[in-house]
Amino acid sequence: MTTLHTFHGGVHPPQHKQESSESAIAQAPLPSRLVLPLQQHIGAQAKPLVRAGDQVLKGQMLARAEGMVSAAIHAPTSGTVVAVDLHAVPHPSGLPELCITLAPDGEERWVEHAPLDYRALPRDQLLTRLRDAGIVGLGGATFPTHVKLNIGETAGIHTLVLNGAECEPWITTDDRLMRERAAEIVQGIEVMRHLLNPAATLVGIEDNKPQAIAAMQQACANTGIEVIAVPTLYPTGGEKQLIKILTGKEVPSGGRPLNIGIVCSNVATAYSVHRLVNHGEPMISRLVTVTGNVKTPRNYEVLIGTPIAELEKLAGVLPGSDGYILGGPMMGLYVSNSELPVVKSSNCIIVKSRALFPPLPPALPCIRCTRCAAVCPAELQPQDLYWFARARDFGKAQKFHLFDCIECGACSYVCPSNIPLVQYYRFAKSEILAIERDKEAANLARERHEFHQLRLERDKQEKAEKLAQKEKAALAAKAAAPAPAQAATTEAKANDSAQQLPAQQLPAQQLIEAAIARAKEQAATARAKNTEALTPQQQADIAEIEARRAKVREMSHPDADSPKE
Amino acid sequence: MLIAIYVMSGLAVLLGAVLGFSAIKFKVEGNPLVDKIDAILPQTQCGQCSYPGCKPYAQAIAAGEADINRCPPGGEEGIRKLADLLGREFKPFGGDTAAPKPKSVAFIDENTCIGCTLCIQACPVDAIVGAAKQMHTIVAAECTGCELCVAPCPVDCISMEPLPQTMQNWKWQYPVYALTPVK
Repeated sequence: MTTLHTFHGGVHPPQHKQESSESAIAQAPLPSRLVLPLQQHIGAQAKPLVRAGDQVLKGQMLARAEGMVSAAIHAPTSGTVVAVDLHAVPHPSGLPELCITLAPDGEERWVEHAPLDYRALPRDQLLTRLRDAGIVGLGGATFPTHVKLNIGETAGIHTLVLNGAECEPWITTDDRLMRERAAEIVQGIEVMRHLLNPAATLVGIEDNKPQAIAAMQQACANTGIEVIAVPTLYPTGGEKQLIKILTGKEVPSGGRPLNIGIVCSNVATAYSVHRLVNHGEPMISRLVTVTGNVKTPRNYEVLIGTPIAELEKLAGVLPGSDGYILGGPMMGLYVSNSELPVVKSSNCIIVKSRALFPPLPPALPCIRCTRCAAVCPAELQPQDLYWFARARDFGKAQKFHLFDCIECGACSYVCPSNIPLVQYYRFAKSEILAIERDKEAANLARERHEFHQLRLERDKQEKAEKLAQKEKAALAAKAAAPAPAQAATTEAKANDSAQQLPAQQLPAQQLIEAAIARAKEQAATARAKNTEALTPQQQADIAEIEARRAKVREMSHPDADSPKE
Repeated sequence: MLIAIYVMSGLAVLLGAVLGFSAIKFKVEGNPLVDKIDAILPQTQCGQCSYPGCKPYAQAIAAGEADINRCPPGGEEGIRKLADLLGREFKPFGGDTAAPKPKSVAFIDENTCIGCTLCIQACPVDAIVGAAKQMHTIVAAECTGCELCVAPCPVDCISMEPLPQTMQNWKWQYPVYALTPVK
């Protein structure tokens, strides 16, 4: 038995897990429409591979991973692509994002898929399969799993931590998953162990889920995976906090668990890896807790892209509902649009009501009680960060390790003045990131401007040198020319003008005259090479290009009576 | 008495030598203040400050010839930073400089462009691609929004398009509380 450690602070919000944790996972029926945002993960947006009108099969890749840190998007069911356009997505900005909208045909025809023999597959191929299956971390951050597992055996990963803490109130997806599908989770963990080859594998589960702990312990018997019950305390489920509890090691400020030889992954992610390896299925569905102000709160297996409205219908909304929380009440996103789709990070939909979540009373001034500092799991000084963010003193906020804040909301939860502290930190963080972006742009512009000036200077110098050389050459030619002719012209000129011209003016004038004559000659003989005397081949090419242009013009300005889709 | 004079003059010679040596050895090239000011300026190279670029403006500020409130693209934030750096008072934008505008990039209407290359020559950061009698286009990622290409265009085909808000440049708002009127 490993000795457990503790992290600083933490809070005990009311759990509200009983509501949804006691009924078995149900399969949500096929919705009438699925909306699949192309950005459901951290990293680059996936690149769409389909167009409106395309017929797609269940599990078919609709958008491929673009670049290293990205993940693919797949069709959750068979049907027709209705649109690839902007649609509202669950994001605090409320800005629309590029989404693929799919109309299911109800036939659930699968694309060809087969289980993988991951032990026989080369490492990089297995990682590519993970990327192409769109598997991302389901703990909330949706970091592409193939990137997390692609660190090589040489990196010296000594511990793999599986996160089954699920510390946020109301959410019970991992609880139900571990109770019902523990054996499958363990199979997924085996794939991760195969890739990372860690000395120890630890599964951390909060002790408010005794059945899940029992199920996991049973499934992990004789595998070398250790299932550990950890005390219930919010935010134990934070990656850094769980690592601290299980191993006693602290992730360095600004670092990642990788820096101390640890990889942390969610149990639900392990389950998705199992679906890929043993069934060949990409990430097309996930568990979602539908709870709050509903008749039958429970967990559903939901296709990615299902609108919230369809889920709340299943659970039966009670009167008095006024919006939703996506995620838990501590870190979740408060929204009111029921058309938002379930994405890979949506673990919970709480139907909100004034009775369950009364609006916060107005914020009062900070009284410097430092209760926030006492509960901060990142050991920061939230009250100082609050003052710096308020005063827009971002440099100071950064010095006080603002970016180590995990936005868990423990500080706001205990604040006796009801100050929305996390909002201030988010504001300060995004301002700092914006300033850094501007700085980068300014540096680029400065570099380009300096090069621009250098180029102008160089061009000027080259031109001057060329001119000087030409002049020199011309003078040399003149000097080498038959002397009598020059003498004759000199005499003629001298006779023409009563005054004797200065000696050096003569060659210059001659040069100018010669240049004028040359230019005239050139103008007389020059012909545009690309418009006259064309070969039939060239003429044919030109005609073809003109036809194409005309067509494009027609397409870009369709007539009013032309049929529109 | 004499010893004291020897000691003092000896010290003076020694210290003088050290100072002279370090003046040569640790000589600072250029004016470090100019670089510091230049780092604050937004590098749009727009010339709205009436200097031909950000560096000349930085030099003018360092020399005490220019005010710190002449850079509209830097915004009030920029003035504040300059004031902080130079230990001067914050000064709002003056009468003869333009008001700050939202950040935008130039856009060339490619149907109208005649390929005269005038905008290419005007661009301070080489963000316009094209050749004589060929259509030109703006490399939006490199454009600083300086508007210097707008005036030289003989067919007025360049317009400034404000940058739209996207997920990438979206920012969290400063928390504000809606006041509810008392009934």
